[in-house]
Order: sequence, then C-alpha cells, then structure tokens
Amino acid sequence: MSAAFLGMPRRRLPETGFSPVQGKRPFPEAASAALSDPVLRRNLGHATGVIRRKRASVVGELPDWEELRSAGAAIKAETMARLPELLEQLEANVTAAGGVVHWARDAAEANAIVTDLVRATGEREVVKVKSMATQEIGLNEHLAAEGITALETDLAELIVQLAEDHPSHILVPAIHFSRTEIREIFARRMPGVDPDLTSEPRRLAMAARAFLRERFLRAKVGISGANFAIAETGTLTVVESEGNGRMCLTLPETLISVVGIEKVLPRWQDLEVFLQLLPRSSTGERMNPYTTLWTGTRAAHEGGDGPRAFHLVLLDNGRTDVLADEVGRSALHCIRCSACLNVCPVYERTGGHSYGSVYPGPIGAILSPQLTGITGDSVNDSLPYASSLCGACYDVCPVKIDIPSILVDLRARHVEAAQQASRVPSAEAVAMAAAAYVMKDEKRFAAVTGSMRLGRPLLRDGQLRGPLSSVMTGWSRARDVPAPPRETFRQWWSHRERHDGAASERGGP
Amino acid sequence: MTGSAREEILSRVRAAVAGAEAPAVPRGYRREVEASASQLLELLADRLRDYRAEVVPVPDDDAAIAQVLADQLTERGLRSVVAPQAVARAWLAGPAGGEAVQVVVDDGTLTWQDLDGVDAVVTGAALAIAETGVVVLDGDAWCGRRAVSLVPDLHLCVVRGRQVVGLPTEAVSRLQPTRPQTWIAGPSATSDIELDRVEGVHGPRTLVVLLAG
Ligand code: SF4
Repeated sequence: MSAAFLGMPRRRLPETGFSPVQGKRPFPEAASAALSDPVLRRNLGHATGVIRRKRASVVGELPDWEELRSAGAAIKAETMARLPELLEQLEANVTAAGGVVHWARDAAEANAIVTDLVRATGEREVVKVKSMATQEIGLNEHLAAEGITALETDLAELIVQLAEDHPSHILVPAIHFSRTEIREIFARRMPGVDPDLTSEPRRLAMAARAFLRERFLRAKVGISGANFAIAETGTLTVVESEGNGRMCLTLPETLISVVGIEKVLPRWQDLEVFLQLLPRSSTGERMNPYTTLWTGTRAAHEGGDGPRAFHLVLLDNGRTDVLADEVGRSALHCIRCSACLNVCPVYERTGGHSYGSVYPGPIGAILSPQLTGITGDSVNDSLPYASSLCGACYDVCPVKIDIPSILVDLRARHVEAAQQASRVPSAEAVAMAAAAYVMKDEKRFAAVTGSMRLGRPLLRDGQLRGPLSSVMTGWSRARDVPAPPRETFRQWWSHRERHDGAASERGGP
Repeated sequence: MTGSAREEILSRVRAAVAGAEAPAVPRGYRREVEASASQLLELLADRLRDYRAEVVPVPDDDAAIAQVLADQLTERGLRSVVAPQAVARAWLAGPAGGEAVQVVVDDGTLTWQDLDGVDAVVTGAALAIAETGVVVLDGDAWCGRRAVSLVPDLHLCVVRGRQVVGLPTEAVSRLQPTRPQTWIAGPSATSDIELDRVEGVHGPRTLVVLLAG
C-alpha cells in the first residue's frame, strides 16, 4: 500500500462549479506547481520574512501583549456564545442609526441583495474597498455578470483585478507579482495610463492614485466589509492603509457593507483590545495609517457626516455550520490579520494559490473546509493535511486560535466522513484513523514527530517507510525535500528565526 | 425573502451555540500609563515621526498656532486651504488669511470636486494617542466632515497638549462611539509592490501635526 494517501488524501473529485473558498485541485497537486516556481518562492520568502520581523518587533514593544491576546480570545469566545442576542442588538442599533440590515444565508443570497441595492441607485459602477467577505461570495464576478462594474481600489487588489488574477495573500494580495510585472499590467490594462510609466514603486502607486481619484470623486455607491461591528452601538470599523477605504466609506452616497455574522463584538470597549492586536499582528505597525468608524447614516449625526443610505448585509454562508462544531468554532474568532500565513513554513513554500480558497495559509486550512463542509470526498478535505503541525501559527495568533488542534480534529473528521461514506478501502481508513488518533493528542504527536526525526536513517529510496512516518509522507513528497529534516519544523523554525536578523525598517502593509 | 433568512440564520445560530458558556473577559492589560504631559507629547512626536508624519511643536495658544499655520502655508507655497468653521475662525482669520493663501471655510456645501481643488486642509483633533502615534478626528466643530480632511493632499492637524492620552485604552473610553471617527497614524501608505513602502496613495500624501503644548 502506498503511504502517500495517509498523509494527504489524493482522490480526484468531481468538480462542483466555481467556489471562491474551494479550489479545483487538492492541495498537494496545486502546491507542487507552486513549488516548481523559484521566483514565487523567493518573493514569498522575502515578503513573509520582512513582515514576520516587523511583527515581532512591534509585538515585543508591548509589556501586556499576552494579556491583550487573552482578552481578545475571551471576547471572541463570549461573542460566539452570545451571538444570537448580539446580532439582534447590532441589527437594532444599526437600524436606529438609520441603516438597513439584510440577512443572507449564502453567497447567492448576499450577491442578489447587493445587486438589487446597486440597481436601485441606478448606478453601473461601484467602488470597493478590499474585503474578504465579498471575495468569499464572489461578489465582483456576480456584479460583472449583472452588468455592474465593481472597481477594487486597494492597490494590490487593483493589480490583481487588472491582471484578471486572484489574490495570493490576505494582507499583500499581489505579493506574487514583481514590480516589472505590475508595470506591464498597468501599461496594458489601466485606461489612460502614462506610457512612460516606469517600474519604480512610487511611480506605480501614483499611477493608481491618478487612475482612481476621478472615480472616487464621482462614485455614488461604495462597497466594503468591516473588521468589527459593535453590537452595543451599531458602529462599524474598517482598518486600512492607503486611504482608499476612507474614500469608499466617506464619499459615496450609498454604502453597502457585507459582513460575516462572526465579526460582531459585544461592546465599544472591546475595540481597545482589537485595535491593538490587529495592526501589530497584521502589518507589523503600532497602528495602521487609517481606521474609519461609522454608525448608521448622516441623518443620525448633527454634522450630517455619513452616507445618505447605509446597508449592512449580514452573511452566514456556512458560518453557522462552523459554529455548531465546538472545536472548529474558534476558527470564527479569526480577525484576518494574516500573521499565521507569514510564520507558516508550508505557506512560505507553496503560496496562497495552492490553497484554492480566498482564505489561504493555516487559517484557510481550518476555515475553508469547515465552510464548505467535510464530506470525505471534497477537494477542501486535503487542506487540514497542508500543515506540519509545528504550532507557529498558534504562537502568533492574536486571538489564540489553536490551529494545530483544529487541524488534527478536522483530519479525524475527514477520516470519519470518508469511512461513513465507505468511499475508501477499509485499510486506508484504518490507517488514517490511526494517524488521526496519533495527531489528536499533542504528546502522542510529539512522539511521532520526534520518532520521525530519529527515524531519519530508516529512509529507503529517499522515501519514508512505516505506518507512523507515513503521516508526513504526502507532505514531504509534495515539498522538494523528500527526507525529513534533521530538526523538527519547530526546532528548525526557531533557529531560522534567530538567523533572520534584526527588525527591518518600518513599512506599510 | 430577507425576513425568512433572518429567522433561519438566527435559529441556526441559536441551535449551534446552545449551551455554550460565555467566559468572563480578563482585562489584565494596561489601562493607563504613568507619564507626565511633556513625556506624552515627546512620545507622541517620536511615534508620529516614525510613521513619517512631520511634527511641528508650537506654544499652546491660539495666536501662536495661527502664526505657525500661516508660516507653514506660505513656506510650502500653498495657495488655498480649507478648514471647518471653528478652525477658520480661531486660527486662519489672521495672518494666514493674507493675500497669498485663500481660506475656504467648509459650510457643509462644498462638493468633493471643490475639495479636490484645494491645496491643503487644517483641522483640530478629538484626541491623540501617544504610544501608537495616532490622531483621532471625530467630526466635531474642530475636526470637520470626514471628506474635508480626506480629499486635499496635505493635512495640517493641530493637537493640543491636554488632548494627548497615553494608550488606546484611554482613547476608547474618552471617545463617543457613535460619532464618525477617523484614526490617523501618519500619511497614507502602501507596501503592495514588493513590500517597498510608498507614502501617500489616496489619502493626504503629507501629514503635518502641530503639537501645541
Ligand atoms: S487565525 Fe489568527 S493569526 Fe491567522 S489570520 Fe486569523 S487571527 Fe490572524
């Protein structure tokens, strides 16, 4: 019996149409393409290294970082436990401030609601500020099909949109493009661009500024997500750097915000925790350049400041399924900082596209399969295996999501689902269950990974042999390092981190 | 169908979290810092500069602020400036209103195009946070409408000593939640191209903070 399936399910699956949270190919296949692209790997290695160092430096400045993390984790757990009442409270307060609240069970419903709202304004062009929720529902594609142009205004998203590509990182979505490629994309696809444009980043950024300014000033409809929605006050928050968020949230008469139901926070006071945790974890800044907070419409404020019409679309789209699982639930605590991507040795080598979902990296490995459902034969079933369980993601997560434990739990759920569906030979199921049993317990897992390291001389033909070492085989085969490292990932990581050097100069996201 | 979607989502959420206990939130993090007013000003100036904002210290009185603003506007060769009414009255009526610089007072009727035609904006602030180098605008008579401090390319922001707090926690408890707020930490920036930082994308490309204290 080949060992590969044990570490990573490799079954080919029927395609079920396009989904922004599910790729067409299982992770190992998608990853091997990325692994053979040395330029991509170098760019990613550089990017994640720089952001990692910046994060470590600004987190190290705070004497109470661990207390903030504990508070953040508890507030999120409280939020989930009280979600029904908090959602109703949020709805009541947004409504009282002049906003309209809509509820969407799934992507199709959310897209239809937004389309109708845009249509009602008579507009055919909308400006958008980067939002994971709208990427998750494929809003831009849907609007395009309905004859509405949704213009991404975040520089990286604009690059990706003009290139007709997909983002590869939550925070720096165009990190897979070099400046020369970006210059090419702008020169070919950006209407009215200066033909003498060079590949100097400043010139490129100014080209985007010039291209978007007119469009911001004339835009009648803005679409956003939100980082936080305060139940107590009905206040929404968007955290950003470039000012495109401020433009979209300030200038259009109609503002539509699509927000996952898990983004609610109980109290105004909770922002004191999250506005410290998020920027330091995300861009590695003490604070991001711009944070906008607004409550309802202009009618609610004496100064008349705010959109004329405000619509909040609350999105489920699989979240209530995730919520129903006691272990997996905490994946919904995620504040999308992307710190776990930047420390992940798997992400650093395979890049965001390998995950096939708008949510890549460790968080994607636990969130995407839960959103689409662990069926035993879904493409996303392979994602929980896209990890060495080194634990670095847990260490940096600002809300302490125990990603390794959830990964292990999801592997076990996948094995169970596959067994129940009798879709795999029983021998395979038994072996996978054994692997899941081992990985479910930290000590047992440490024993296995330790034994893997000790078992290095047991290699034959460059492949691992034996039932337990095969836990890792699917992964090590997909990587370009067929043999297990002399150190465990965690040991290797901590060494490498030390060699990475001092904090770099401060930069933006 | 939104009505039924609402009921369905809420009942699914209720079923999903039935029996889940809400933990108490441990708030063991710092709530305030012990620092003198001058230490806070110094820290704020340092953090703002680190974020590539320009910091200009001024004595904390209206005449001095007005003079420094006038100097800033003329030295930079700016020809027009927009400001909320309170700011225009207190700081721009004197020297800044000379021939060289046209002062546009925002009475709430200026269009976005009008704002785009102005060189700079002067505002006050609701408060500032020293540790994170943040200035908060909250739409009051000194901060003005959000668009006014967004569209012009240069933002001169006057922060008075008594408005400076140490930590984000202190800021959150002082601010009024439902006012439209903008928290600003340096000029707009992007690092989307090979992580090379570029200051000034869509928001004001230059931020000058006058620290009065
Ligand atoms: S899981 Fe944690 S570290 Fe990863 S993006 Fe979410 S909040 Fe950040």
